[in-house]
Amino acid sequence: MNMSKKTKNICTAILILVAVILITLFDNDVIGNAYIKRVLNLAAIYAIISVSMNLVNGFTGMFSLGQAGFMAIGAFTVAVFTVPAESIPSIFYIEPMAPWLAAIRLPFVVALLVGGLIAAVLALIIGYPVLRLKSDYLAIATLGFSEIIRIVFTQMQTITNGALGIKCIPGITTMWVPFGAAAICIGIMVLLINSSYGRAFKAIREDDIAAEAMGINLSFHKNLSFAISSFFTAIAGGLFASLLTAVDPKQFYFTLTYNFLLIIVLGGMGSVTGTIIASFIITGGLEWLRFFDEPLSVMGYNIPIFRAGLRMVVFSLLLMILVLFYRKGIMGQKEFSWDGIYNWIMKVKTRLSRKKGGA
Amino acid sequence: MSMDIFMQHLLNGISVGSLYALIAIGYTMVYGILLLINFAHGDIFMMASYFMIFAVVDFGMPIWIAIPLIILLTVILGMLLERSAYKPLREAPRMSIMISAIGASFLLENLATYLFSGVPKGYPDIPWLTKVVNIGNVSFQIVTVVAPVLVIFILIGLMWLVNHTKTGMAMRAVSKDFETARLMGIKINTVIAATFAIGSGLAAVGSVLWGAKYSSVYPLMGVMPGLKCFVAAVFGGIGNIPGAVLGGIVLGLGETMLVAFFPGLTGYRDAFAFVLLIVMLLVRPNGLLGEKSTDKV
Repeated sequence: MNMSKKTKNICTAILILVAVILITLFDNDVIGNAYIKRVLNLAAIYAIISVSMNLVNGFTGMFSLGQAGFMAIGAFTVAVFTVPAESIPSIFYIEPMAPWLAAIRLPFVVALLVGGLIAAVLALIIGYPVLRLKSDYLAIATLGFSEIIRIVFTQMQTITNGALGIKCIPGITTMWVPFGAAAICIGIMVLLINSSYGRAFKAIREDDIAAEAMGINLSFHKNLSFAISSFFTAIAGGLFASLLTAVDPKQFYFTLTYNFLLIIVLGGMGSVTGTIIASFIITGGLEWLRFFDEPLSVMGYNIPIFRAGLRMVVFSLLLMILVLFYRKGIMGQKEFSWDGIYNWIMKVKTRLSRKKGGA
Repeated sequence: MSMDIFMQHLLNGISVGSLYALIAIGYTMVYGILLLINFAHGDIFMMASYFMIFAVVDFGMPIWIAIPLIILLTVILGMLLERSAYKPLREAPRMSIMISAIGASFLLENLATYLFSGVPKGYPDIPWLTKVVNIGNVSFQIVTVVAPVLVIFILIGLMWLVNHTKTGMAMRAVSKDFETARLMGIKINTVIAATFAIGSGLAAVGSVLWGAKYSSVYPLMGVMPGLKCFVAAVFGGIGNIPGAVLGGIVLGLGETMLVAFFPGLTGYRDAFAFVLLIVMLLVRPNGLLGEKSTDKV
């Protein structure tokens, strides 16, 4: 059963309109509060990273675990280049910032793009040797890369302020920045996935040997996918720095990548819409799970298992359960479509009426 | 640099390398059979260290009972891990198994943080390993000499096991061709369980020597050795047991010498392994002792 094209377009228009109205309301403090706004902004940024991770892992069938490292590159580029000149001496109080660097101040958008380009170039440098081989090496190389980035950033005292990190980064003033960036970045990636390049990526995912036999240049497409993914991850990292207004290398420990791994597994490897939905569920859920870390007492009795650290145990159990029993995630490799929703509602309806008829 | 100091660094490097070798063997054997990077291997090593602390500090066991006991417990943990996290996914795409391995590793780390707290604990002192010996101007702990000797014996034992026993023959068959081996009547699950048992047992042995050398135990202690030892296994040629030992020793020596000759680079010590990995993949992707493999369609 299908809906007519007109109905679908109307539905899509309504959905976009609702989203725009909601964001406007949130932005003008009509509904929600600063906390909810922050979580939503974070979810939008995570959506960019997860979709770009899915581009590599879900659409091209390679296994990259370097998201935290690429985020760190974007975050520190934005931090280093956008921190206002007058606050530099107070931030770099142990060793001053390198003078040539302190002289360059860039607008936010330019710094974002510079961060993205640096990440893409680094991705090509790692990708060139590693992507010729089986996908497993990429997992270890990217994991190692994200650790190296963290170590290097901790060591470069005059550029990144070492372990102290950089604070006083100009913050995001409106929700339109992360949501707009998410719309643009994800939009570009969707266009890419639907282009001939995207079809080549999917062919490589399904069977790289057959894809090569069909004349697809394996190394070129793998590197392209990896570099583009890293580019957008770094852009999102820059937004992340601006959202938090403070960055330090410890935030980009490689376990951060596991958040995005959970998101793409839940959303479905190879589904953009699934990933977006999952990033809102997971980001919200992780905030909601915070009550696991608080002591909980029921009727004056303290339940002893509720203490710091339980949230992360639940989080990792969730990842295990998902991959063991619910491997396809919400969407599998499908995308969100009105037909899918319509058919699903119809199925539920017939099932309900059948039950009624039987009774 | 004087000869004495050089000898000191050399000894130190070889002993660190032997510890890496013990962990790398576990990686290389599992990879050889399942084509899986067992991300949780480093965390099994971490759990073995905690087992030792509980056995000796909390239960007051003598060392000579505690060591076999923790090896046994670690072997059980490793087999349990394989049974619960990897076996259900045997027919699944490789990426799912890898994600499951990451999940298992993350779960073990978080469980350890939750149960034992993130504060480092001291490893029980094992006098006959930590005693300091002086020869000329070179002074070292006994463990520095014990580790490489033990690794050589274990290597000989493993080579015998792989080349001259029925289990070893089954292992080689499974690593050559999973499906055909199954059709020939080899009990795949037993072979895989045996592989995990050996790998985890060696990780436990490694943890005892590691504890004698570094004496600090915390939930994330297995992460860096885990990653580095995988690099060591790739360096030596993944799937190749002598290669893993060679890779571990080269890595340990390289790291120690890097810090010894360029003290300015001390902070980059942990990055050395990954630079080595990328250079190796560029120059000789099959590793030092690895055979060139071709995929047949």
